[in-house]
Amino acid sequence: MSGGTHIKQLTVISGKGGTGKTTLVAAFASLAKNAVLADCDVDAADLHLILKPEILERQDFTGLRQAEIDGQKCTGCGKCREHCRFGAIGEDFVVIQDRCEGCGVCRLVCPAGAVRLEERKAGEAYLSRTRFGPMSHAELEPGGEASGKLVSLVIANAQKLADNEGRDLIIIDGPPGTGCPVIASIGGSDLALVITEPSLSGIHDMERVLAVCEHFRVPAAVCINKHDINDTNTCAVEIWCKSKGLEVAGKIPYAEVTTRAMIAQKTVIEFDEGGIGRDVAALWSKVLDRLGA
Amino acid sequence: MIVSVASGKGGTGKTTVAVSLALAAASSRPDRVQLLDCDVEEPNCNLLLGMNLETAEEVNLGVPAIDKTKCDFCGKCADFCNYHALAVLPSDVIVFSELCHGCGGCMLLCPKGAIGEKTRTVGTIQRGRKDGLELYQGLLNIGEAVAVPVIKALKRKIDSGRLVILDSSPGAACPVVETIRGSDLCLLVTEPTPFGLHDLKIAVTVARKLNVPFGVVINRDGIGDGRVDDWCKDEKIPVLMRIPNSLEVARLYSKGIPPVLGMPDLNDRFIELLKAVEGRA
Repeated sequence: MSGGTHIKQLTVISGKGGTGKTTLVAAFASLAKNAVLADCDVDAADLHLILKPEILERQDFTGLRQAEIDGQKCTGCGKCREHCRFGAIGEDFVVIQDRCEGCGVCRLVCPAGAVRLEERKAGEAYLSRTRFGPMSHAELEPGGEASGKLVSLVIANAQKLADNEGRDLIIIDGPPGTGCPVIASIGGSDLALVITEPSLSGIHDMERVLAVCEHFRVPAAVCINKHDINDTNTCAVEIWCKSKGLEVAGKIPYAEVTTRAMIAQKTVIEFDEGGIGRDVAALWSKVLDRLGA
Repeated sequence: MIVSVASGKGGTGKTTVAVSLALAAASSRPDRVQLLDCDVEEPNCNLLLGMNLETAEEVNLGVPAIDKTKCDFCGKCADFCNYHALAVLPSDVIVFSELCHGCGGCMLLCPKGAIGEKTRTVGTIQRGRKDGLELYQGLLNIGEAVAVPVIKALKRKIDSGRLVILDSSPGAACPVVETIRGSDLCLLVTEPTPFGLHDLKIAVTVARKLNVPFGVVINRDGIGDGRVDDWCKDEKIPVLMRIPNSLEVARLYSKGIPPVLGMPDLNDRFIELLKAVEGRA
Protein backbone atom coordinates (compact mmCIF):
# COMPACT_ATOMS: atom_id res chain seq x y z
CA MET A 1 0.00 0.00 0.00
CA SER A 2 1.24 3.45 -0.65
CA GLY A 3 -0.31 6.87 -0.73
CA GLY A 4 -3.66 5.27 0.01
CA THR A 5 -3.88 3.54 -3.38
CA HIS A 6 -2.78 -0.02 -3.87
CA ILE A 7 -0.20 -0.47 -6.59
CA LYS A 8 -0.95 -3.84 -8.17
CA GLN A 9 1.85 -6.30 -8.91
CA LEU A 10 1.77 -8.87 -11.70
CA THR A 11 4.63 -11.38 -11.87
CA VAL A 12 5.20 -13.48 -14.98
CA ILE A 13 6.95 -16.77 -14.23
CA SER A 14 7.15 -20.22 -15.83
CA GLY A 15 9.20 -22.80 -13.98
CA LYS A 16 10.82 -23.89 -17.24
CA GLY A 17 12.97 -21.36 -19.06
CA GLY A 18 12.35 -20.26 -22.62
CA THR A 19 8.56 -20.52 -22.59
CA GLY A 20 8.14 -16.87 -23.61
CA LYS A 21 8.05 -14.83 -20.38
CA THR A 22 10.07 -11.90 -21.67
CA THR A 23 8.35 -11.78 -25.08
CA LEU A 24 4.98 -11.57 -23.33
CA VAL A 25 6.08 -9.05 -20.70
CA ALA A 26 7.43 -6.78 -23.47
CA ALA A 27 4.08 -7.10 -25.26
CA PHE A 28 2.23 -6.28 -22.02
CA ALA A 29 4.43 -3.17 -21.73
CA SER A 30 3.09 -2.13 -25.15
CA LEU A 31 -0.50 -2.62 -24.01
CA ALA A 32 -0.43 -1.30 -20.44
CA LYS A 33 -1.63 2.24 -19.95
CA ASN A 34 -0.02 3.17 -16.66
CA ALA A 35 2.56 0.60 -15.59
CA VAL A 36 6.14 0.28 -14.35
CA LEU A 37 8.20 -2.53 -15.88
CA ALA A 38 10.56 -4.60 -13.73
CA ASP A 39 13.02 -7.24 -14.95
CA CYS A 40 13.64 -9.66 -12.08
CA ASP A 41 15.50 -12.28 -14.12
CA VAL A 42 18.62 -10.59 -12.79
CA ASP A 43 21.21 -13.20 -13.80
CA ALA A 44 20.05 -13.43 -17.43
CA ALA A 45 18.04 -10.27 -17.99
CA ASP A 46 16.73 -9.82 -21.54
CA LEU A 47 13.79 -7.42 -21.32
CA HIS A 48 16.07 -4.42 -21.95
CA LEU A 49 16.93 -5.86 -25.38
CA ILE A 50 13.36 -5.05 -26.49
CA LEU A 51 12.53 -2.05 -24.31
CA LYS A 52 15.91 -0.31 -24.82
CA PRO A 53 15.80 1.64 -21.56
CA GLU A 54 17.60 4.90 -21.08
CA ILE A 55 19.29 4.55 -17.69
CA LEU A 56 18.61 7.53 -15.40
CA GLU A 57 20.13 6.25 -12.17
CA ARG A 58 22.60 3.48 -11.24
CA GLN A 59 23.06 1.85 -7.84
CA ASP A 60 25.78 -0.55 -6.76
CA PHE A 61 24.46 -3.79 -5.32
CA THR A 62 26.41 -5.52 -2.58
CA GLY A 63 25.48 -9.14 -2.06
CA LEU A 64 26.68 -11.29 0.80
CA ARG A 65 29.91 -10.26 2.48
CA GLN A 66 32.95 -12.38 1.83
CA ALA A 67 35.81 -13.45 4.05
CA GLU A 68 39.38 -12.36 3.46
CA ILE A 69 42.34 -13.77 5.35
CA ASP A 70 45.32 -11.52 6.08
CA GLY A 71 48.32 -13.65 5.19
CA GLN A 72 50.56 -11.58 7.47
CA LYS A 73 48.50 -12.36 10.56
CA CYS A 74 47.50 -15.96 9.68
CA THR A 75 49.44 -18.59 11.64
CA GLY A 76 48.15 -21.49 9.56
CA CYS A 77 46.50 -23.20 12.55
CA GLY A 78 43.70 -24.54 10.36
CA LYS A 79 40.76 -23.73 12.66
CA CYS A 80 38.96 -21.83 9.88
CA ARG A 81 39.24 -24.77 7.51
CA GLU A 82 38.07 -27.17 10.19
CA HIS A 83 34.91 -25.15 10.87
CA CYS A 84 34.00 -23.83 7.40
CA ARG A 85 31.07 -25.89 6.15
CA PHE A 86 31.30 -24.54 2.62
CA GLY A 87 34.80 -25.76 1.78
CA ALA A 88 35.81 -22.17 1.12
CA ILE A 89 39.24 -22.15 2.74
CA GLY A 90 41.68 -23.00 -0.01
CA GLU A 91 45.35 -23.91 -0.09
CA ASP A 92 47.66 -21.52 1.76
CA PHE A 93 44.59 -20.16 3.57
CA VAL A 94 43.31 -18.11 0.68
CA VAL A 95 39.50 -17.90 0.62
CA ILE A 96 37.86 -19.44 -2.45
CA GLN A 97 35.57 -16.50 -3.18
CA ASP A 98 32.88 -18.29 -5.13
CA ARG A 99 32.41 -20.83 -2.33
CA CYS A 100 32.33 -18.35 0.54
CA GLU A 101 28.80 -17.63 1.77
CA GLY A 102 29.91 -14.85 4.11
CA CYS A 103 28.76 -16.53 7.34
CA GLY A 104 31.72 -15.31 9.40
CA VAL A 105 32.49 -18.61 11.15
CA CYS A 106 36.15 -18.33 10.08
CA ARG A 107 36.41 -14.92 11.71
CA LEU A 108 34.72 -16.29 14.82
CA VAL A 109 37.20 -19.14 15.29
CA CYS A 110 40.40 -17.42 14.13
CA PRO A 111 42.67 -17.00 17.17
CA ALA A 112 44.92 -14.55 15.31
CA GLY A 113 42.26 -12.05 14.24
CA ALA A 114 43.35 -12.56 10.64
CA VAL A 115 39.89 -12.67 9.03
CA ARG A 116 37.83 -9.73 7.83
CA LEU A 117 34.40 -9.80 6.15
CA GLU A 118 34.33 -7.46 3.18
CA GLU A 119 31.42 -5.91 1.35
CA ARG A 120 31.71 -6.71 -2.31
CA LYS A 121 29.96 -5.32 -5.32
CA ALA A 122 27.84 -8.12 -6.80
CA GLY A 123 25.87 -6.23 -9.41
CA GLU A 124 24.14 -3.02 -10.38
CA ALA A 125 20.53 -1.87 -10.24
CA TYR A 126 19.08 0.67 -12.66
CA LEU A 127 16.19 3.08 -12.73
CA SER A 128 15.33 3.80 -16.35
CA ARG A 129 12.90 5.26 -18.83
CA THR A 130 11.48 3.38 -21.81
CA ARG A 131 9.05 4.18 -24.61
CA PHE A 132 6.36 2.45 -22.52
CA GLY A 133 7.11 4.02 -19.15
CA PRO A 134 9.54 3.69 -16.27
CA MET A 135 11.59 0.53 -15.80
CA SER A 136 13.48 -1.01 -12.89
CA HIS A 137 16.15 -3.56 -13.77
CA ALA A 138 19.52 -4.91 -12.73
CA GLU A 139 22.52 -6.90 -13.70
CA LEU A 140 23.97 -9.53 -11.37
CA GLU A 141 27.68 -10.08 -11.90
CA PRO A 142 28.04 -13.32 -13.83
CA GLY A 143 28.30 -16.15 -11.32
CA GLY A 144 27.10 -13.91 -8.50
CA GLU A 145 25.17 -14.98 -5.43
CA ALA A 146 22.30 -13.38 -3.49
CA SER A 147 20.19 -13.06 -6.63
CA GLY A 148 17.07 -13.13 -4.44
CA LYS A 149 18.31 -10.05 -2.61
CA LEU A 150 18.87 -8.23 -5.91
CA VAL A 151 15.36 -9.20 -7.04
CA SER A 152 13.98 -7.61 -3.86
CA LEU A 153 15.92 -4.43 -4.65
CA VAL A 154 14.52 -4.32 -8.22
CA ILE A 155 10.97 -4.65 -6.87
CA ALA A 156 11.56 -1.97 -4.20
CA ASN A 157 12.88 0.34 -6.92
CA ALA A 158 9.85 -0.40 -9.11
CA GLN A 159 7.53 0.45 -6.21
CA LYS A 160 9.41 3.73 -5.73
CA LEU A 161 9.03 4.55 -9.45
CA ALA A 162 5.31 3.70 -9.33
CA ASP A 163 4.86 5.94 -6.31
CA ASN A 164 6.77 8.85 -7.77
CA GLU A 165 5.07 8.73 -11.13
CA GLY A 166 1.58 7.78 -10.02
CA ARG A 167 1.58 4.40 -11.79
CA ASP A 168 -0.91 1.79 -10.60
CA LEU A 169 0.61 -1.45 -11.88
CA ILE A 170 4.04 -3.13 -11.77
CA ILE A 171 4.66 -5.79 -14.41
CA ILE A 172 7.45 -8.12 -13.32
CA ASP A 173 9.41 -10.35 -15.71
CA GLY A 174 10.35 -13.20 -13.39
CA PRO A 175 13.15 -15.77 -13.46
CA PRO A 176 12.82 -19.48 -14.30
CA GLY A 177 13.01 -22.16 -11.61
CA THR A 178 11.45 -22.37 -8.14
CA GLY A 179 14.25 -21.13 -5.87
CA CYS A 180 15.18 -17.89 -4.14
CA PRO A 181 14.86 -15.41 -7.04
CA VAL A 182 11.42 -16.83 -7.91
CA ILE A 183 10.26 -16.69 -4.30
CA ALA A 184 11.51 -13.08 -4.09
CA SER A 185 9.76 -12.21 -7.40
CA ILE A 186 6.30 -13.42 -6.41
CA GLY A 187 6.34 -12.11 -2.83
CA GLY A 188 3.65 -9.44 -2.54
CA SER A 189 2.25 -10.06 -6.03
CA ASP A 190 -1.47 -9.82 -6.68
CA LEU A 191 -1.19 -12.35 -9.48
CA ALA A 192 1.42 -14.76 -10.79
CA LEU A 193 0.87 -15.48 -14.48
CA VAL A 194 2.52 -18.82 -15.25
CA ILE A 195 3.56 -19.18 -18.89
CA THR A 196 3.82 -22.81 -19.90
CA GLU A 197 4.23 -24.71 -23.14
CA PRO A 198 2.52 -28.00 -23.96
CA SER A 199 5.62 -30.18 -23.54
CA LEU A 200 5.92 -32.71 -20.72
CA SER A 201 8.67 -30.63 -19.16
CA GLY A 202 6.72 -27.39 -19.57
CA ILE A 203 3.79 -29.01 -17.75
CA HIS A 204 5.96 -30.61 -15.04
CA ASP A 205 7.71 -27.30 -14.35
CA MET A 206 4.42 -25.37 -14.37
CA GLU A 207 2.97 -27.71 -11.75
CA ARG A 208 6.01 -27.22 -9.50
CA VAL A 209 6.03 -23.43 -9.75
CA LEU A 210 2.25 -23.33 -9.17
CA ALA A 211 2.90 -25.33 -5.99
CA VAL A 212 5.37 -22.62 -4.96
CA CYS A 213 2.67 -19.98 -5.57
CA GLU A 214 0.25 -21.98 -3.46
CA HIS A 215 2.87 -22.41 -0.73
CA PHE A 216 3.31 -18.63 -0.49
CA ARG A 217 -0.42 -17.97 -1.08
CA VAL A 218 0.07 -16.01 -4.29
CA PRO A 219 -2.97 -16.19 -6.64
CA ALA A 220 -2.07 -17.68 -10.02
CA ALA A 221 -3.35 -18.01 -13.57
CA VAL A 222 -1.93 -19.92 -16.55
CA CYS A 223 -1.12 -19.04 -20.15
CA ILE A 224 -0.31 -21.81 -22.66
CA ASN A 225 2.23 -20.54 -25.17
CA LYS A 226 2.99 -22.39 -28.44
CA HIS A 227 -0.25 -24.31 -27.74
CA ASP A 228 -0.37 -25.83 -31.24
CA ILE A 229 2.96 -27.68 -30.79
CA ASN A 230 1.02 -30.43 -29.05
CA ASP A 231 -2.78 -30.19 -28.95
CA THR A 232 -3.17 -33.27 -26.75
CA ASN A 233 -0.92 -31.82 -24.06
CA THR A 234 -2.63 -28.43 -24.33
CA CYS A 235 -5.94 -30.13 -23.71
CA ALA A 236 -4.43 -31.97 -20.73
CA VAL A 237 -3.20 -28.67 -19.25
CA GLU A 238 -6.67 -27.15 -19.64
CA ILE A 239 -8.36 -30.09 -17.95
CA TRP A 240 -5.79 -30.13 -15.15
CA CYS A 241 -6.15 -26.37 -14.56
CA LYS A 242 -9.93 -26.69 -14.46
CA SER A 243 -9.66 -29.45 -11.86
CA LYS A 244 -7.48 -27.20 -9.71
CA GLY A 245 -9.72 -24.15 -10.15
CA LEU A 246 -7.02 -22.32 -12.11
CA GLU A 247 -7.91 -19.97 -14.92
CA VAL A 248 -6.27 -20.48 -18.32
CA ALA A 249 -6.10 -16.81 -19.24
CA GLY A 250 -4.85 -17.32 -22.78
CA LYS A 251 -3.48 -19.62 -25.46
CA ILE A 252 -0.86 -18.28 -27.87
CA PRO A 253 0.10 -20.17 -31.04
CA TYR A 254 3.67 -21.00 -32.05
CA ALA A 255 4.94 -18.25 -34.34
CA GLU A 256 8.41 -17.61 -35.70
CA VAL A 257 7.40 -13.95 -36.03
CA THR A 258 8.29 -13.61 -32.32
CA THR A 259 11.96 -14.17 -33.22
CA ARG A 260 11.80 -11.60 -36.02
CA ALA A 261 10.23 -9.09 -33.61
CA MET A 262 13.05 -9.78 -31.13
CA ILE A 263 15.68 -9.16 -33.80
CA ALA A 264 13.93 -5.90 -34.72
CA GLN A 265 13.95 -4.96 -31.00
CA LYS A 266 10.18 -4.60 -31.10
CA THR A 267 7.35 -6.07 -29.06
CA VAL A 268 5.02 -8.47 -30.88
CA ILE A 269 2.30 -5.83 -30.53
CA GLU A 270 4.45 -3.32 -32.41
CA PHE A 271 5.62 -5.88 -34.93
CA ASP A 272 2.58 -8.04 -35.65
CA GLU A 273 -0.47 -6.34 -34.20
CA GLY A 274 -3.01 -8.08 -36.41
CA GLY A 275 -1.46 -11.55 -36.03
CA ILE A 276 -0.09 -12.96 -32.80
CA GLY A 277 -0.52 -9.49 -31.31
CA ARG A 278 -4.26 -10.08 -31.27
CA ASP A 279 -3.92 -13.26 -29.17
CA VAL A 280 -1.62 -11.46 -26.73
CA ALA A 281 -4.05 -8.52 -26.46
CA ALA A 282 -6.86 -10.96 -25.59
CA LEU A 283 -4.65 -12.49 -22.90
CA TRP A 284 -3.82 -9.04 -21.54
CA SER A 285 -7.46 -8.07 -21.18
CA LYS A 286 -8.14 -11.31 -19.22
CA VAL A 287 -5.16 -10.55 -16.97
CA LEU A 288 -6.46 -7.02 -16.31
CA ASP A 289 -9.87 -8.44 -15.42
CA ARG A 290 -8.21 -10.80 -12.98
CA LEU A 291 -6.24 -7.97 -11.40
CA GLY A 292 -9.41 -5.91 -11.13
CA ALA A 293 -7.53 -3.12 -12.87
CA MET B 1 35.59 -36.95 -17.71
CA ILE B 2 32.99 -34.45 -16.49
CA VAL B 3 30.98 -32.52 -19.10
CA SER B 4 28.48 -29.90 -17.95
CA VAL B 5 25.71 -28.47 -20.11
CA ALA B 6 24.67 -24.87 -19.38
CA SER B 7 23.17 -21.96 -21.29
CA GLY B 8 22.40 -18.66 -19.61
CA LYS B 9 19.03 -18.39 -21.36
CA GLY B 10 16.40 -20.97 -20.46
CA GLY B 11 14.70 -23.20 -22.98
CA THR B 12 17.61 -23.34 -25.42
CA GLY B 13 17.84 -27.13 -25.28
CA LYS B 14 20.22 -28.01 -22.43
CA THR B 15 18.22 -31.05 -21.40
CA THR B 16 17.86 -32.28 -24.98
CA VAL B 17 21.62 -31.98 -25.48
CA ALA B 18 22.53 -33.58 -22.13
CA VAL B 19 20.14 -36.52 -22.58
CA SER B 20 21.01 -37.08 -26.24
CA LEU B 21 24.74 -37.05 -25.51
CA ALA B 22 24.25 -39.43 -22.59
CA LEU B 23 22.20 -41.82 -24.76
CA ALA B 24 24.78 -41.70 -27.55
CA ALA B 25 27.57 -42.45 -25.08
CA ALA B 26 25.71 -45.18 -23.18
CA SER B 27 24.86 -47.06 -26.37
CA SER B 28 28.55 -47.37 -27.26
CA ARG B 29 29.75 -48.14 -23.71
CA PRO B 30 26.99 -49.35 -21.40
CA ASP B 31 27.46 -48.80 -17.66
CA ARG B 32 30.26 -46.32 -18.21
CA VAL B 33 28.10 -43.20 -18.36
CA GLN B 34 26.40 -41.12 -15.67
CA LEU B 35 23.89 -38.34 -16.21
CA LEU B 36 23.27 -35.95 -13.30
CA ASP B 37 20.27 -33.62 -13.51
CA CYS B 38 21.58 -30.60 -11.58
CA ASP B 39 18.58 -28.40 -12.44
CA VAL B 40 17.20 -29.31 -9.03
CA GLU B 41 14.49 -26.63 -9.15
CA GLU B 42 13.02 -28.07 -12.36
CA PRO B 43 14.64 -31.42 -13.24
CA ASN B 44 13.47 -32.62 -16.67
CA CYS B 45 15.94 -35.27 -17.86
CA ASN B 46 13.80 -38.15 -16.68
CA LEU B 47 10.77 -36.84 -18.56
CA LEU B 48 12.74 -37.86 -21.66
CA LEU B 49 14.24 -41.02 -20.17
CA GLY B 50 11.25 -42.45 -18.29
CA MET B 51 13.25 -44.40 -15.73
CA ASN B 52 11.81 -45.73 -12.49
CA LEU B 53 13.48 -43.59 -9.87
CA GLU B 54 14.21 -44.58 -6.31
CA THR B 55 15.19 -42.19 -3.53
CA ALA B 56 18.92 -42.49 -2.94
CA GLU B 57 19.14 -40.01 -0.08
CA GLU B 58 17.56 -37.00 1.53
CA VAL B 59 19.48 -33.75 1.54
CA ASN B 60 19.59 -32.28 5.02
CA LEU B 61 20.86 -29.03 6.38
CA GLY B 62 21.86 -28.58 10.02
CA VAL B 63 19.80 -25.78 11.49
CA PRO B 64 19.84 -24.47 15.07
CA ALA B 65 17.71 -26.04 17.77
CA ILE B 66 17.46 -23.80 20.85
CA ASP B 67 17.38 -25.28 24.33
CA LYS B 68 15.28 -22.63 26.05
CA THR B 69 16.10 -23.98 29.52
CA LYS B 70 19.75 -23.00 28.95
CA CYS B 71 19.25 -19.85 26.82
CA ASP B 72 19.50 -16.51 28.65
CA PHE B 73 18.38 -14.53 25.57
CA CYS B 74 21.62 -12.57 25.31
CA GLY B 75 21.09 -12.13 21.54
CA LYS B 76 24.66 -12.95 20.44
CA CYS B 77 23.46 -15.61 18.00
CA ALA B 78 21.09 -13.19 16.23
CA ASP B 79 23.85 -10.55 16.05
CA PHE B 80 26.21 -13.07 14.49
CA CYS B 81 23.83 -14.52 11.90
CA ASN B 82 24.38 -12.79 8.56
CA TYR B 83 21.29 -14.44 7.09
CA HIS B 84 18.83 -13.05 9.68
CA ALA B 85 17.75 -16.59 10.50
CA LEU B 86 17.50 -15.95 14.25
CA ALA B 87 15.50 -13.39 16.21
CA VAL B 88 15.95 -13.10 19.97
CA LEU B 89 13.11 -11.61 22.01
CA PRO B 90 13.20 -10.88 25.76
CA SER B 91 12.02 -14.38 26.56
CA ASP B 92 12.02 -16.28 23.31
CA VAL B 93 14.16 -17.18 20.31
CA ILE B 94 12.67 -17.61 16.83
CA VAL B 95 14.50 -19.64 14.19
CA PHE B 96 13.70 -18.91 10.52
CA SER B 97 14.95 -22.24 9.20
CA GLU B 98 14.45 -21.47 5.52
CA LEU B 99 16.87 -18.53 5.79
CA CYS B 100 19.56 -20.60 7.56
CA HIS B 101 22.60 -21.57 5.48
CA GLY B 102 23.67 -24.15 8.07
CA CYS B 103 27.06 -22.55 8.82
CA GLY B 104 26.99 -23.66 12.45
CA GLY B 105 28.28 -20.32 13.76
CA CYS B 106 25.51 -19.77 16.31
CA MET B 107 26.21 -23.16 17.89
CA LEU B 108 29.90 -22.36 18.16
CA LEU B 109 29.47 -19.00 19.80
CA CYS B 110 26.56 -19.47 22.22
CA PRO B 111 28.06 -18.75 25.67
CA LYS B 112 25.49 -20.98 27.37
CA GLY B 113 25.83 -23.94 25.04
CA ALA B 114 22.10 -23.63 24.41
CA ILE B 115 22.15 -24.21 20.65
CA GLY B 116 22.20 -27.69 19.25
CA GLU B 117 21.62 -28.83 15.72
CA LYS B 118 18.66 -30.49 14.12
CA THR B 119 18.39 -31.53 10.53
CA ARG B 120 15.95 -30.12 8.06
CA THR B 121 15.28 -31.82 4.75
CA VAL B 122 15.55 -29.43 1.79
CA GLY B 123 15.49 -31.90 -1.06
CA THR B 124 16.12 -35.43 -2.26
CA ILE B 125 18.49 -37.28 -4.55
CA GLN B 126 16.88 -39.90 -6.77
CA ARG B 127 18.53 -42.59 -8.83
CA GLY B 128 17.54 -44.61 -11.87
CA ARG B 129 19.18 -46.88 -14.41
CA LYS B 130 18.14 -48.05 -17.85
CA ASP B 131 19.91 -49.35 -20.95
CA GLY B 132 23.38 -48.90 -19.50
CA LEU B 133 22.80 -45.32 -18.37
CA GLU B 134 22.80 -44.28 -14.72
CA LEU B 135 20.77 -41.17 -13.82
CA TYR B 136 20.86 -39.17 -10.62
CA GLN B 137 18.51 -36.25 -10.20
CA GLY B 138 18.22 -33.72 -7.43
CA LEU B 139 14.87 -32.31 -6.39
CA LEU B 140 14.58 -29.14 -4.30
CA ASN B 141 11.52 -29.21 -2.06
CA ILE B 142 8.72 -26.77 -2.91
CA GLY B 143 9.13 -23.49 -1.05
CA GLU B 144 12.86 -23.99 -0.45
CA ALA B 145 15.02 -21.12 -1.63
CA VAL B 146 18.54 -22.50 -1.80
CA ALA B 147 19.42 -25.06 -4.46
CA VAL B 148 23.18 -25.25 -3.85
CA PRO B 149 23.17 -27.85 -1.02
CA VAL B 150 21.14 -30.24 -3.21
CA ILE B 151 23.55 -29.76 -6.13
CA LYS B 152 26.52 -30.39 -3.84
CA ALA B 153 24.94 -33.63 -2.57
CA LEU B 154 24.21 -34.65 -6.15
CA LYS B 155 27.79 -34.06 -7.28
CA ARG B 156 29.05 -36.37 -4.53
CA LYS B 157 27.53 -39.18 -6.65
CA ILE B 158 30.03 -38.52 -9.43
CA ASP B 159 32.11 -41.54 -10.38
CA SER B 160 34.96 -39.76 -12.10
CA GLY B 161 36.15 -42.94 -13.81
CA ARG B 162 33.16 -42.67 -16.11
CA LEU B 163 31.87 -40.11 -18.57
CA VAL B 164 29.73 -37.84 -16.38
CA ILE B 165 27.24 -35.41 -17.95
CA LEU B 166 25.77 -32.63 -15.80
CA ASP B 167 22.59 -30.83 -16.88
CA SER B 168 22.58 -27.32 -15.34
CA SER B 169 19.77 -24.93 -14.50
CA PRO B 170 19.46 -21.81 -16.68
CA GLY B 171 20.86 -18.45 -15.65
CA ALA B 172 24.27 -17.54 -14.32
CA ALA B 173 23.86 -17.41 -10.54
CA CYS B 174 25.05 -19.73 -7.77
CA PRO B 175 23.31 -22.97 -8.88
CA VAL B 176 25.02 -22.70 -12.28
CA VAL B 177 28.41 -21.97 -10.68
CA GLU B 178 28.02 -24.97 -8.38
CA THR B 179 27.11 -27.24 -11.31
CA ILE B 180 29.84 -26.34 -13.78
CA ARG B 181 32.67 -25.85 -11.28
CA GLY B 182 35.33 -28.52 -11.81
CA SER B 183 34.03 -29.71 -15.20
CA ASP B 184 36.55 -30.78 -17.82
CA LEU B 185 34.35 -29.19 -20.46
CA CYS B 186 31.22 -27.08 -20.46
CA LEU B 187 28.83 -27.13 -23.42
CA LEU B 188 27.00 -23.82 -23.69
CA VAL B 189 23.74 -24.33 -25.56
CA THR B 190 22.35 -21.24 -27.23
CA GLU B 191 20.02 -20.17 -30.00
CA PRO B 192 20.86 -17.63 -32.71
CA THR B 193 18.65 -14.83 -31.35
CA PRO B 194 19.40 -11.59 -29.48
CA PHE B 195 18.31 -13.16 -26.17
CA GLY B 196 20.39 -16.26 -26.86
CA LEU B 197 23.50 -14.20 -27.64
CA HIS B 198 23.12 -11.86 -24.68
CA ASP B 199 22.80 -14.72 -22.20
CA LEU B 200 25.53 -16.76 -23.90
CA LYS B 201 27.96 -13.90 -23.24
CA ILE B 202 27.07 -14.02 -19.53
CA ALA B 203 27.51 -17.82 -19.43
CA VAL B 204 30.89 -17.50 -21.16
CA THR B 205 32.00 -15.03 -18.48
CA VAL B 206 31.07 -17.54 -15.77
CA ALA B 207 32.93 -20.39 -17.49
CA ARG B 208 36.01 -18.21 -17.92
CA LYS B 209 35.91 -17.12 -14.25
CA LEU B 210 35.83 -20.76 -13.18
CA ASN B 211 38.58 -21.74 -15.65
CA VAL B 212 36.32 -24.34 -17.23
CA PRO B 213 37.05 -24.99 -20.94
CA PHE B 214 33.93 -24.56 -23.05
CA GLY B 215 32.41 -24.82 -26.49
CA VAL B 216 29.11 -23.73 -27.97
CA VAL B 217 26.15 -25.74 -29.29
CA ILE B 218 23.81 -23.70 -31.52
CA ASN B 219 20.26 -25.00 -31.32
CA ARG B 220 17.42 -23.95 -33.64
CA ASP B 221 20.10 -23.06 -36.14
CA GLY B 222 18.59 -20.88 -38.85
CA ILE B 223 15.79 -19.35 -36.80
CA GLY B 224 17.40 -16.00 -36.12
CA ASP B 225 20.43 -14.11 -37.33
CA GLY B 226 24.19 -14.64 -37.64
CA ARG B 227 25.33 -12.67 -34.62
CA VAL B 228 26.03 -15.69 -32.38
CA ASP B 229 28.28 -17.14 -35.10
CA ASP B 230 30.05 -13.81 -35.62
CA TRP B 231 30.63 -13.34 -31.93
CA CYS B 232 31.97 -16.88 -31.43
CA LYS B 233 34.33 -16.33 -34.35
CA ASP B 234 35.57 -13.03 -32.90
CA GLU B 235 36.08 -14.60 -29.48
CA LYS B 236 37.66 -17.74 -30.99
CA ILE B 237 35.06 -19.92 -29.26
CA PRO B 238 34.56 -23.29 -30.97
CA VAL B 239 31.03 -24.09 -32.21
CA LEU B 240 30.96 -27.84 -31.54
CA MET B 241 27.53 -28.62 -32.94
CA ARG B 242 24.50 -27.20 -34.70
CA ILE B 243 20.96 -28.50 -34.33
CA PRO B 244 18.81 -27.27 -37.23
CA ASN B 245 15.59 -25.45 -36.39
CA SER B 246 12.87 -28.06 -36.69
CA LEU B 247 9.30 -28.32 -35.51
CA GLU B 248 9.80 -32.10 -35.48
CA VAL B 249 12.37 -31.74 -32.66
CA ALA B 250 9.91 -29.59 -30.70
CA ARG B 251 7.05 -32.06 -31.27
CA LEU B 252 9.06 -35.12 -30.19
CA TYR B 253 10.41 -33.26 -27.16
CA SER B 254 6.90 -32.16 -26.19
CA LYS B 255 5.83 -35.81 -26.01
CA GLY B 256 8.79 -36.74 -23.84
CA ILE B 257 10.58 -38.58 -26.66
CA PRO B 258 14.31 -37.79 -26.96
CA PRO B 259 14.46 -36.30 -30.47
CA VAL B 260 17.49 -38.48 -31.32
CA LEU B 261 15.32 -41.58 -31.06
CA GLY B 262 12.94 -40.32 -33.73
CA MET B 263 15.55 -38.67 -35.97
CA PRO B 264 18.53 -40.83 -37.03
CA ASP B 265 20.31 -37.83 -38.65
CA LEU B 266 20.26 -36.02 -35.35
CA ASN B 267 21.64 -39.06 -33.55
CA ASP B 268 24.61 -39.05 -35.96
CA ARG B 269 25.28 -35.44 -35.04
CA PHE B 270 25.40 -36.35 -31.36
CA ILE B 271 27.84 -39.18 -32.07
CA GLU B 272 30.01 -36.55 -33.78
CA LEU B 273 29.58 -34.24 -30.78
CA LEU B 274 30.65 -37.05 -28.46
CA LYS B 275 33.83 -37.51 -30.48
CA ALA B 276 34.50 -33.77 -30.38
CA VAL B 277 33.92 -33.70 -26.62
CA GLU B 278 36.26 -36.61 -25.99
CA GLY B 279 38.85 -35.06 -28.26
CA ARG B 280 38.99 -32.21 -25.78
CA ALA B 281 39.60 -34.37 -22.71
